[in-house]
Order: sequence, then C-alpha cells, then structure tokens
Amino acid sequence: MPIVLKCHAGLGPTVTGTALVAADNFSARYDLNRLEGTFSRPAHKLFGQSYLDKILVLQTAKGGVASAWMLREMTARGMAPKAIIFDRTNTILAQGAAFAEMTMVDRFEDGDPTTLIRTGDEVRIEPAKGLVTILNRD
Amino acid sequence: MRLTDEEKAMLAGEAGPARQWAIKHQIAVGDFFDAPDFVPVGQAHIMADTESLGEAGVVWLEELAQLPAADRKVRIPTITDPRGLDFDSYKRLKQTDTMAGLEARAIAAFEALGVLMTNTCINYQTILPPVKGEHLAMGDTGVVIYSNSVAGARSNFEGGPSALSAGLTGRTPRYGYHLDAHRAGTRLFELKHQPRDFADWGALGGIVGKATNSYWGVPVITGLSAVPNSDELKHFGAALASFGSVALFHMPGVTPEAPLLTDAFQGRAIPPATPVTKADFDAFYAGYAAKGDKVDVVVFAAPQLSLVEMGQVADLLDGRRINAETSLIVTTSPEIKFAADRMGLTGRIETAGGIVASGVCFYQSYAREMAEANGWSRLLTNSAKLVNIIAGYGYKPTLASMQKCIDSAVAGRVL
Repeated sequence: MPIVLKCHAGLGPTVTGTALVAADNFSARYDLNRLEGTFSRPAHKLFGQSYLDKILVLQTAKGGVASAWMLREMTARGMAPKAIIFDRTNTILAQGAAFAEMTMVDRFEDGDPTTLIRTGDEVRIEPAKGLVTILNRD
Repeated sequence: MRLTDEEKAMLAGEAGPARQWAIKHQIAVGDFFDAPDFVPVGQAHIMADTESLGEAGVVWLEELAQLPAADRKVRIPTITDPRGLDFDSYKRLKQTDTMAGLEARAIAAFEALGVLMTNTCINYQTILPPVKGEHLAMGDTGVVIYSNSVAGARSNFEGGPSALSAGLTGRTPRYGYHLDAHRAGTRLFELKHQPRDFADWGALGGIVGKATNSYWGVPVITGLSAVPNSDELKHFGAALASFGSVALFHMPGVTPEAPLLTDAFQGRAIPPATPVTKADFDAFYAGYAAKGDKVDVVVFAAPQLSLVEMGQVADLLDGRRINAETSLIVTTSPEIKFAADRMGLTGRIETAGGIVASGVCFYQSYAREMAEANGWSRLLTNSAKLVNIIAGYGYKPTLASMQKCIDSAVAGRVL
C-alpha cells in the first residue's frame, strides 16, 4: 500500500512527479537562478541542484513578495518546478501558485512533510482532496 | 467564502473580465487560508518590477489594459512598489535598453489601469501613512510589517497579482493579519544590547527573524533603552520580514497594539524571554565579514532612503571622493528624490562620485545582470535586508554601518 498523507485542501491540478526535499525554506527571488533553473543561494540546502519539473518539498515560504509573479513567469518559460509542498506556506507563495495555476499544498496532519517525504520519492498530489501519496514506498 | 451580492456579480462577470479574474483569484487564495468572507481595503500597493513580471507578466498586464475603461480601472487608491529601473540612471548602471523597453510597457499598462506610479517601498513615510485598524492590501514585506506593527493597520503580504486584485475589487479575503486572533505575540525577545545605527537595527531584525522563522510568528521585543525613530523601525522591520517572513511585531510601550507587555500577548500566557546579546550581534556581522577585501559596490537601499538618510549620506561624503574602482549607489523614492534635488543633497552625493537612483531599490533592478555588466562581486551595505537577498544574485555581501560603508567606498576596500 502506498503511503497516503492528509493535508489541507490546496491549489492547482492533480500532479505526479519526483520529490526534491530539504529541511529549508523557499523564495523564488532569494534562492533561485531562474534563468538556469537551479538553487543559487549558497546557504540553501539545495544549492546547485536543478528544480526543473521537480515536486519541491520544503518547510516554509520566505522572503519577498516577488515570488507571486515569478511562479507564473517561470511556468510560462517552462522553467518551473512541477509543484511545491510546504510544511506551512506564507501568503505570497499561495497567491503565486493560484496565479500560476501551480499545484501547492501545506498543513499536514502527520507533521513536517520534509521528514515524511524523501528526495527521489514518486509523489502524487491531489489538492482538491488534500491528499499526497508516496507511490514508491509502503 | 460567504459572498455579498456585489461580489457574486463580480464573480459572474457583470463588472467585466478583469474584476471577474480578480475575485476568482482572491477566492482561490481565501479558500486556501479558510477566509470566511471579504473585507474592504483602503489602499492597495503593488510589487511589480519587470524582473519579476518578465515578458509573461507584462503581456498579461497589457491584456488587462486593453479592456474598456469602466472594466479596467482600479476602485481604490492603488500605488506601486519600486520599478525595475530608473530611466534617468539605467545607462550609468549598465542596464539595457531591452530592460527599459519592458519597463515602459509595464508602466503604460499600469497607468491604463488607473494605478498611481509611486514606485516606492517607503510609502508609509511619504505617500499616505496607514492608520490603526485600517485594512490594507500591501505588497513589499517591509511595507506590510511597518503598516501592521508601527501603524497598527491590517495587511497580509499581498503579492503583485493579489494586490492588483484588491485594487480592482476594493477588498481582500479576510484571513491572517486581518484577524485579531493572528495578531497576538508568539515569541518574546529581550534586548541585552542596544542597536546603535541602522545596520544594527537591521541585524536585530535578522537575529529575531531567523529565530521566529514563520509568517505566522509574531515576535515581541522588550528591553529597549529609547524609543526608535521611523527609519530605525523601517530597517528593523524590513530585515525581520526578510529573514523570518514575519509580518507583525510588537514593542510594548512603542507600537500601538501593545501599550503593555500583556497587551502584546492579548492577555495569554507570556512565554519565557529569549535574550539578544552583543554576542548575537557580533555573530550576525561575522557571517558577512570581509575585512580588507576590495569593495566593488556600496549600496544604500532596501528600503529606499528617507530624506533624513539622504542627508546623512551627503554629510558623510562631503569633501571626499569615492574610489575609482568602487561604485556607490543610493536609491530613494521619486518624492524624496525631488526633495533631495531641491535641497542639493543629490548634487553633493553625485559630486563625490555616487549615483542616486529614483523609484528603484537595487535588488529589484536586474541585480544579477548589473553585477555581470559592471564586474561587481563584493557588495557593502548598511541594509541587513539587502545582505540577505543579494547573495542569491551572485554577490558577496558585507554588512556595516553607513559611516563604515562610506569610509570603505573612499578607501576601495572593506575597512
């Protein structure tokens, strides 16, 4: 049986993809080289890694309000993550996901998703139901 | 969300496609945060520099700007955060004509929507200061935290699309900092070392922000030996919001919702105090230290400078010359720039070799491209917010007082 995690109802369509996980935070402006599709802030735990087409799993949203525009702009250029899972998002990233029609969920019943999901896991997110399923583990 | 008849009409498209898009966007966000209904707002403030918008965002704005006037005009005073570049200084900063072209298109689109191009992140000092209890839809985290904390107004961090939505509908979903329940203190910090200058106030914001580390956390600060002024609280709040994603703080005896410590916690149990010591400040500075390094660029920005700060920079530069291998950039709002021009402050800063840019805030101005075009790496600033942001753009940032920044700009190396 795959592992099913319950969260708050989220934003965007149902998606399946590969998780990229860190016990760290997220801002599109502070942390990313959006031209190359990599984490570019040296202090970030995912520094140097590509986020393209990944389901990012991070603790909280940080930084400025620019991410609200940036998720859509990144999506338009085909240089975006597939979805973002937060332990607890802030308003900006939720607004940005709504604007970009990107999948985003947070507030898990079983705790911090960065400890529940591992990098490389195949994950399905069903935002309307508030469900995240880890497909490759029992 | 519960909707009024007017809101239902907007959702049905009876007020045009722009307002229909706006209220749909707001309902999606409101549902995500369990907002029960909408609350009318008095102002909206849009962060929409072209580096963030990109071509996709500008095209989207231009489509809205094509609608008939009755369908596209904002319904409440709607103002803007700093732009992507300043048409009067962009060539000196080696920004490109392509960037300027995109900027001009974005401005034309916003003007067609009835947005006032204030281009400032210090609107609480210069445009229409927020009022206690006033509901707002503010962009720029520094504006939100100042409005909420120092003025006692009520706003969440509203990203560009959400702030524009609020301008179009005249309201925002009632969640987060619009609600009393979220405004109680969650952490207590006690100062054991007093900030001496803006860099110290920013460092304090960084220390408290890192410890709080949540949009939903509300730090309460005690132990101040004097009441801070607006610029000091500006630097503190901007760094607190930047490092911690924090949108509200209380300082008992200083900020309006906390005459007493018990008020800051809304009568709930007061948590044990976390001391903030000189060692915490020293460690914060040490994380960015680079004594002896060549300085490529000194930046006074983030937030834009008040008229008083402009005067301080001019005073420190009088009779001196910035090193030929170092650039010095000062950013302020258009209103302050006009005043600084009139009072001779701009001339004094530029005579010493500095550049005064108006309506921008450095990190929102294609910082990566500027670094590459100008060969900049080591950046020195008195803004803790800027040192937090700018490393992601490929800079090596160092934090120092305004005095030390200017002395280093003259010497060409970090003193």
